[in-house]
Amino acid sequence: MALILIVLFPFLGSLCAAFLPSNARNAEAWLAGIASFASCAILLGLYSDVAAEGVLRTTLPWAPALGLGISLRMDGFAWLFALMVTGMGTLVVVYARYYMSPSDPVPRFFSFFLAFEGSMLGIVLSGHLIQMAMFWELTSIVSFMLIAYWHNRGEARRGARMALIVTGAGGLALFGGVLLLGHIAGGYDLDTVLAAAWVIQGHPWYPAALALIALGALTKSAQFPFHFWLPHAMAAPTPVSAYLHSATMVKAGVFLLARLWPVLAGTDAWFWVVGGAGLCSLVIGGYLAIFQQDMKGVLAYSTISHLGLITLLLGMNSPLALVAAVFHMVNHATFKASLFMAAGIVDHETGTRNLQRLSGLYRAMPITATLAMVAAAAMAGVPLLNGFLSKEMFFAETIFLSRPDWQRIGLPLAATLAGMFSVAYSLRFIHQVFFGPPADDLPHTPHEPTRWMLLPSALLVMACVLVGIFPELTVSPFLRIATDSILGSDAPAYSLAIWHGLNLPLFMSLAAMVGGTVLYRAFLWRTGTTVPLLDRIDGKRAFDWLLTALARGAERVMQRLSSSRLQMQLLVLFGIALGGALGPVLMQGTSWGARATTPADPAFALLWLVGAVCALAVAWQAKFHRLAALIFSGGAGLATSLTFVWFSAPDLALTQLTVEVVTAVLILLGLRWLPRRKMNYATGQEPATTTRLRRLRDVLLAAACGLGMASLTYAMLTRPDLGGISPFFIEQSLPRGGGLNVVNVILVDFRGFDTFGEITVLAIVALTVFALLRRFRPAPESVPLPHQQREQDAAAGLDAEHVADPAAKLPGGYMMLPAVLVRLLLPLAMLISLFFLLRGHDAPGGGFVGGLVLATAVILQYLVGGTVWVESHLRIHPLYWIAAGLLSAAAAGTGALLAHAPFLTSRAWHGALPLIGELHLSSVLLFDLGVYMLVVGATILMLVAIAHQSLRSHHRKTSGGPP
Amino acid sequence: MEIVFALAVGVLAGSGIYLLLRPRTFQVIMGLSLLAYAVNLFIFAMGRLRLGAAPVIDPARGSDPALYADPVPQALVLTAIVIGFATTALFLVVLLASRGLNGTDHVDGREPDKE
Repeated sequence: MALILIVLFPFLGSLCAAFLPSNARNAEAWLAGIASFASCAILLGLYSDVAAEGVLRTTLPWAPALGLGISLRMDGFAWLFALMVTGMGTLVVVYARYYMSPSDPVPRFFSFFLAFEGSMLGIVLSGHLIQMAMFWELTSIVSFMLIAYWHNRGEARRGARMALIVTGAGGLALFGGVLLLGHIAGGYDLDTVLAAAWVIQGHPWYPAALALIALGALTKSAQFPFHFWLPHAMAAPTPVSAYLHSATMVKAGVFLLARLWPVLAGTDAWFWVVGGAGLCSLVIGGYLAIFQQDMKGVLAYSTISHLGLITLLLGMNSPLALVAAVFHMVNHATFKASLFMAAGIVDHETGTRNLQRLSGLYRAMPITATLAMVAAAAMAGVPLLNGFLSKEMFFAETIFLSRPDWQRIGLPLAATLAGMFSVAYSLRFIHQVFFGPPADDLPHTPHEPTRWMLLPSALLVMACVLVGIFPELTVSPFLRIATDSILGSDAPAYSLAIWHGLNLPLFMSLAAMVGGTVLYRAFLWRTGTTVPLLDRIDGKRAFDWLLTALARGAERVMQRLSSSRLQMQLLVLFGIALGGALGPVLMQGTSWGARATTPADPAFALLWLVGAVCALAVAWQAKFHRLAALIFSGGAGLATSLTFVWFSAPDLALTQLTVEVVTAVLILLGLRWLPRRKMNYATGQEPATTTRLRRLRDVLLAAACGLGMASLTYAMLTRPDLGGISPFFIEQSLPRGGGLNVVNVILVDFRGFDTFGEITVLAIVALTVFALLRRFRPAPESVPLPHQQREQDAAAGLDAEHVADPAAKLPGGYMMLPAVLVRLLLPLAMLISLFFLLRGHDAPGGGFVGGLVLATAVILQYLVGGTVWVESHLRIHPLYWIAAGLLSAAAAGTGALLAHAPFLTSRAWHGALPLIGELHLSSVLLFDLGVYMLVVGATILMLVAIAHQSLRSHHRKTSGGPP
Repeated sequence: MEIVFALAVGVLAGSGIYLLLRPRTFQVIMGLSLLAYAVNLFIFAMGRLRLGAAPVIDPARGSDPALYADPVPQALVLTAIVIGFATTALFLVVLLASRGLNGTDHVDGREPDKE
């Protein structure tokens, strides 16, 4: 439970911080500080448990059936790292409180800061590889938000994007790597993986897993050749750099390498991949750091170099080197964070970080200068400071490498060289900023910052000194439980002492000191902006080039492989569907089934002869004769309806028939807005050959698909029915649904929830249609009345601008007689629709059919009477109908909740009332009533919305503007 | 009977697919409704073709599944018919809006470069 709290506190804090007002700097800082410190305090409290038990585990089941859960595991190493993350987090929060300007949106900063801390703790404490990869990705994303915190600055956005792309790509590789690793080990639990070292290293996939995991770790830790993102990430606020780029984010990579050291290390591949990248980063990073002009730039490259040192130590395949690596992780975090803080203080107080402008700050800010000097000395590896100890261990390890000669001699030389670079840039960092003549052209007059801003830095420097002087008393026990937990029984004996006698590592240290000083004295007074030798190698340029090339390539591939044309997409779709169905048939063969067929009926064959002709005629005429095509399509629909009747599906036939009518009216209303088709054949013009070929191709594909559908249908029809779930519905319809019409019982009772969703969709579609048509603008050529209508009006003696008289009892002119008829029809249709609704449960009918019948009757009024006349006599509010329908259906469902039954459970009441007699009332009827009202509302809304367009354009024409 | 039914589905589907591949929106909307008939019939046929089966339960005859038509495909198709209507309406309005906005009834919203 404690482990969960450790990870949870920062995330909770993050959530709270996000909701605080943007000027609540103090509240934010307190919240963040308390959240970090709470985790830190729990960790400290758990020390004795970790020391005694070795490993603490907590599993929170999430989906136990799938074996998924949140698994946390803390051993000594994880404890040490988590302590570093939370402790450093608390210090940086204090620092950030005074660093951030009141005008910055602080909630966003602290919210992301805490989210980052939580994700980092997630990586460190994960007991499951995939879960760890998830937190790993989370750190990449949150660090993107933190680097781009000042998002109005272009460099911040670019730096953040670069960091995200590099570490995100690495994260993807890592995910692949852990998947392989878990597959090889036979489980994704860290314990399982760590116990499978022999299996993993002997597996043929080991090199692939190693490469992918190394890719993830090296990108995260900004190691050569992926180091270039780190200097560009310096556009982040300094507290972010102090936290992410010294103690946490970049350490995640080396943490992972150390975590998996027992299973992955020990091979030549590991030595070359990890050690090689580490060595390159160590030397190149140190060299580049010397020439930086930005204080944070120096620190960024020195971070690359120091992480290179850690990576190299991990790559050396020796337990003692691992000890040195873990020790240096801690040391580097302390001195580098305090140096970042110093750089931030200088930036904050003087307004610049440029080494060429800064000078002589010692007099103005002596405390800052002293703290920075001590931290920089630790970075350079000066004795009596913590950096010296781990560097000595590193030098010692390079000497005792058991490798071929050229490596045994080359490595100590390279290490000494890197040591020299380290001394040189540390010296330059301090000397240029704090010594020399006082600078007089700084943006602000420098002075000491507030004490609270110095406190975190001072505490870290104190740690550097204490560890440097009394290693055995301070850090030793913690380091020992950390390394013991990685190495287990192989843990070597070692002692952290300042004085190991006069030995080669000491001479190497001395050589580095002297060489570094000489290097700085001799060459670096000059203030060039270019880096000798390595100036032409620029990771950023290569990265940008790669991104551009990728984007261009993707575009080209898209052009080749994709089309924005609907016809092409549909062609491919049907082609693939046909091929996908044809493939298995050709490979395995198929045959018709053995089920006895029903005797053929000539009437049925004749019905479908007509139906087929109708279908083909639609295909033939849809281009030039839309009305004809619509009528033929109605013919095919009628044949379908009759087929439903033929095979005992009266509900379907009724619904199909009414939908057919409504659809036809709908499309008829739309027809007038479509453009006139130029008839090429009428002018004797032949279609082009390519057009004919295309049509032929489509005909062939369509014929093949049709034939395929026909054979599939026949093959299915000649096989016996497997029964499925239908018997259940038939048997239970009466006892549990209380209805005789099984289809209706399924719709409104057994599968009521589906129907509820369906009517909701219908309502949404109706509203969408309504909304789309409110902004409808017809093409100019469609605005005048169709010529048929003009002719009719002229024949009736009406002028073109006439408007129906809303006050008239009946529409005038030639429509009077039909109008009388449909007015008489309306109450009858209402009665019939109610009849269908009420009897639906026991006989063919139901809400859908009833609603459509009523809607049709209403539309008929519109068709015959005209919109203006109908709406002046009959006010229908389709939106109210839709709302009432949805509410009624929902009420029928929630009523069940009140009786503590699941949503939409049907309730029935059967009894007798005076006068009315025996009565059966059921919540199902209420539900079906909802369906009924919704169908009426939705259908009328859609049809009327389209019908209104003619009216609107009429208005537009007569009044000269939109209504 | 089965062969006629299968051929009917095939002809409806073939005509529908041919129309879906055409360039004009009205052709596509007609194609969609033809294809919808075909698919609805196909789903309906999942219950197999039986003549004279009662669709509504007769309490006097009991509820032996063998006596009645398969209700599940029917319920599915009933839903499909209504949703198909909604789709058609939406598509019709979108095609009208596209025609008003782009001045063409080509499915891509613009006339092809060469016809």
